[in-house]
Amino acid sequence: MKQRRVVITGTGIVSAIGMNTNDFWKNIVECRSGIDVYDPTLSDQIRFKHGADIKQFDASAFIEKNELDMMDRFAQFAVVAAKEAASTAGISFNEENGNRSAVICGTSIGGVHAQENSYVELYRENKSRVHPFTIPRTMPNSAASNISMQMGITGPVYTISTACASSNHAIGNAFWLIRNGICDQAIAGGSETPFTYVFLKAWEAIRVVAPDTCRPFSKTRQGMIIGEGAGMLVIEALENAQARGANILAEIVGFGMTSDACHITKPDQKGAERAMRLAMEDANLAPDEIDYINAHGTGTLVNDSMEVAAIRTVFGPHTNSLSISSTKSLHGHALGATSALEAVATTMALHHGILPPTANFEEKDEDCDIDIVPNASRKKDIRHALSNAFAFGGLNAVLAFKKWEE
Amino acid sequence: MSDLIFEKIAELISSKKSLNKELINIESSFEDLGLDSLDAIELIADLEDEFNVTIPNTELQGIKTVRQAAEGLTKAMGA
Repeated sequence: MKQRRVVITGTGIVSAIGMNTNDFWKNIVECRSGIDVYDPTLSDQIRFKHGADIKQFDASAFIEKNELDMMDRFAQFAVVAAKEAASTAGISFNEENGNRSAVICGTSIGGVHAQENSYVELYRENKSRVHPFTIPRTMPNSAASNISMQMGITGPVYTISTACASSNHAIGNAFWLIRNGICDQAIAGGSETPFTYVFLKAWEAIRVVAPDTCRPFSKTRQGMIIGEGAGMLVIEALENAQARGANILAEIVGFGMTSDACHITKPDQKGAERAMRLAMEDANLAPDEIDYINAHGTGTLVNDSMEVAAIRTVFGPHTNSLSISSTKSLHGHALGATSALEAVATTMALHHGILPPTANFEEKDEDCDIDIVPNASRKKDIRHALSNAFAFGGLNAVLAFKKWEE
Repeated sequence: MSDLIFEKIAELISSKKSLNKELINIESSFEDLGLDSLDAIELIADLEDEFNVTIPNTELQGIKTVRQAAEGLTKAMGA
């Protein structure tokens, strides 16, 4: 069967740098980072004080009160982002197209706020019961399920949890479902809300979080910065998008995934290299056709030098013609949602012809001697881009995007 | 640096990696003892618990030997 082309027609964002795609993209273009001191009731008890949390979020403008009660923060984020994506795509779902539509969401940890509240009630407050909605709020598939219920999507609906690669796996799966004719359209992306006491304590213990900010590829980098948010894409078969006269933002052309099978936290360069190569092979693209890479770029010592070495191996001399930036320096590392935020940033970069910057850059690292678009966005018409995600657990997922052209 | 600190580090590594304690000396590197980066983080966390101190992340990155661990701990204890 002939493979179908798959295009992006809508995007939705909940993030520390904007509660919709327009604000998110504006702050990226203006290089305004959302990293700041997070909620002091939490940060008082944690060694690191900076994060990219969302200070004000009111889902009641988007979701009915009785439905809201059933959702943890991460599911609320997901539904709000999905509604924006569907609205910008100008798509609605009914009995006919709902069966041919999918929802695939990434999350690393699911409804941890509800889970942690239940622990507080039982262990600290010595209550004998927890809230009756603890299960539906906690379950990691509740974001995807709530989107399907809100939208009337009755085809494949599931959740992928591959730590910090979750959303790229989700978008890649949706892309393949549509390309192969199993579905016609999908809402795909991810959602994460990791600002809870226990979860932040866990990140404190593993010692990869920076004390001040995220400085990807900079010699002075000291680690990652935790973020929260959701990103959702509406993706659909090209013929369907054209038939309904949709505004096409960009095309997804390739997906590659690999496992390091090496170490539970330390990335292996070969796994990253293979994932990038597979994404390009899937897209029928040669390395020298890539213009921009939205890097995994966590700002840890280990990731950034490994990622640059992997890129140099895969792209050879063309590396010096590439622009590579990490938008985690702006929206933080939103874990299972981060690659969805980055997919939206990459889509906008192709659509507007503007390279997203790497914020907070201070000093060149000889191990990361590449064009990282430091501290200011740059106008450049680009045709092909990759977006990298390399997760704890050694799981790698890379998407290939193309500027929309007939 | 006290013998107590070295003894505790050796005991923890020996138990963690099932190594004969006699094989661990003050100049041993974590790599030689088979400790990777996560093992080192766990060792430092155990030492922090044991001696009730906090070793900052910036110090942790430079701790790759038993001597450096002992010195980091001594510094954190203000001794």
